[in-house]
Amino acid sequence: MRLIKLLILAVSGLSLTLTAANARIVVDVNRGHADPLPIAITDLVGNENDIVSGGSVKSYGQRIALVVKADLTRSGLFRVVDSGAFIKSGNALTTLRNPNFNNWKAIGAQALMNGSISLQEDGRLKVEFRLWDVLGTNQMTGLRYFTSPKNWRRIAHLISDAIYKRLTGESGYFDTRVVYISESGPATARVKRLAIMDQDGHNHVFLTNGKNLVLTPRFSPTAQEITYLSYFNDNPRVYLYNIDSGKQEILGDFPGMTFAPRFSPDGNKVVMSQAYKGNSDIYVMELTTRKIQRLTKHTAIDTSPSYSPDSRYVTFNSDRGGSQQIYVMDSNGKNIKRISFGKGRYSTPVWSPRGDLIAFTRQYRGKFYIGVMKPDGSGERLLSESYLDEGPTWSPNGRVIMYFRQQPYDKQGRGGDTQLWTVDLTGYNERQMITPLDASDPAWSPLIR
Amino acid sequence: MLEKINGAKYWALIGAALLLSACANTGAVQDAPVEPVVETQEPVVAEPTEDVTTEPMMDPDTQESLDAASSAALVYFGYDRYDLSSDARSGLQAQAVWLQEHSSVKVTVEGHCDERGTREYNLALGDRRANSVKNYLVALGVDPSRIHTVSYGKERPAVTGTGESTWSQNRRGYTRVN
Repeated sequence: MRLIKLLILAVSGLSLTLTAANARIVVDVNRGHADPLPIAITDLVGNENDIVSGGSVKSYGQRIALVVKADLTRSGLFRVVDSGAFIKSGNALTTLRNPNFNNWKAIGAQALMNGSISLQEDGRLKVEFRLWDVLGTNQMTGLRYFTSPKNWRRIAHLISDAIYKRLTGESGYFDTRVVYISESGPATARVKRLAIMDQDGHNHVFLTNGKNLVLTPRFSPTAQEITYLSYFNDNPRVYLYNIDSGKQEILGDFPGMTFAPRFSPDGNKVVMSQAYKGNSDIYVMELTTRKIQRLTKHTAIDTSPSYSPDSRYVTFNSDRGGSQQIYVMDSNGKNIKRISFGKGRYSTPVWSPRGDLIAFTRQYRGKFYIGVMKPDGSGERLLSESYLDEGPTWSPNGRVIMYFRQQPYDKQGRGGDTQLWTVDLTGYNERQMITPLDASDPAWSPLIR
Repeated sequence: MLEKINGAKYWALIGAALLLSACANTGAVQDAPVEPVVETQEPVVAEPTEDVTTEPMMDPDTQESLDAASSAALVYFGYDRYDLSSDARSGLQAQAVWLQEHSSVKVTVEGHCDERGTREYNLALGDRRANSVKNYLVALGVDPSRIHTVSYGKERPAVTGTGESTWSQNRRGYTRVN
């Protein structure tokens, strides 16, 4: 499972330095679906006679283009121009560096991605792409990658990230993974397994066999470790799972149930709840020394802690005020302040990686909502609504939220389907993720390095 | 009242009543012979007594036995509540009696929630419910070291469905014989 290091070289000399300010085309991530930018994505030009494991080099060029198209489309910020409309002119290879901008303008494309793929003597693929401003008739960026063929999907996601970053000014989130709970069987005897996949649902792997109930996985900042809850030996405790080695270990020697774990931004600590004798409070464990510090001491339920990206604060939910609400405290447990004051119940606060917002689950009048508010509690906006939406997690650029949605049951007891969904901060572009089985408790990885 | 009077007494009472009425009418129908009331009663033949061994009534140390003694070892809770209703208390009193009669049995109290809460909060709420049950059993004299608690949050509903009639069955504490 080790991530293969990619050699990424900027194609120097080819890349004209256009800053976002003077570029003709800029995508405003805050405007969402209002008018997605039309972009043409061509197949990477490759030799069909060069065969590597899994197909011809040409076919890899086509597959990479398909993944880039899917990534950009799902973001809601781009409209991929139908390749059936492309105007063929000249030799594909010679037009790579000199696109006929008028032909692309004629079919409504404002941006163009083209490139090539070839087989190196060492068996690796060389992948190059260029992003062009069709109206400004110049190149916006160009990058070259070398990798083994089995890594082709990552190359596609890296290209998507580069395009997204160049056109929006924000870092992308396509070269990322999602760890979640795969669910199967009847609700009364549900089988739950840890599973991991790319953010587009591909490269899916089950990490546990379903023998033990597992819940709420969360990535470390390196995306190499997962902390989660396991009912191993009918004893619910927080565990650490190393993706490289598959090794699992219990965290700490708490007398009560430990749950709701989450890494600190530097990855050196795990903050979690312990339920002991009917009372749940928040604790933090230093991973190297295994030293434990208690952060809250209250008869209320204190749970779902999440660090601010600068590690100075922890947000959590508590019913100390009579019903579940969101609180923020200093990371040493001092200065506890309530920040949610709307009607209903608020829970599962998760701090955005950008630090500007806290995502949450809200329950009000029999419905569940995913929403965001500023860390001082102001500016609340609800992004999704259903019978049961729960458990937001942020894309690493803080622009998209993934969560899970459970359908209600009908009178015959059918239903209860549980799936992952994404929504961007505009509240538009809500999309279901495709998973092999039912799915819940998603956690989005940081950008993979 | 009649069914509480055995056959012999019944006929004796009827006979006495008839005698009284006969006496009251003596003046009017003097010649009428007074018929004696004949009591016909089969002699009670005692069945031969077989050998009877007596021992204290003892159910096995099983879940079925606890279930039968205590409304299925279940107590139910209100929405987002963990206090015990009077129904829950009487169920737990029966559990406590059973536990005292089965003093070697250890149990695990499971705390469960409906699906109308978030996962982590429900884990904490299930822990509260399991401990409410445990604390009450301990208050009734059960040794706390015999009672383990575990919260399943909303992970193991008893029934599936949508609506209060389903959810109320899932907000429960269950005492499982280990």
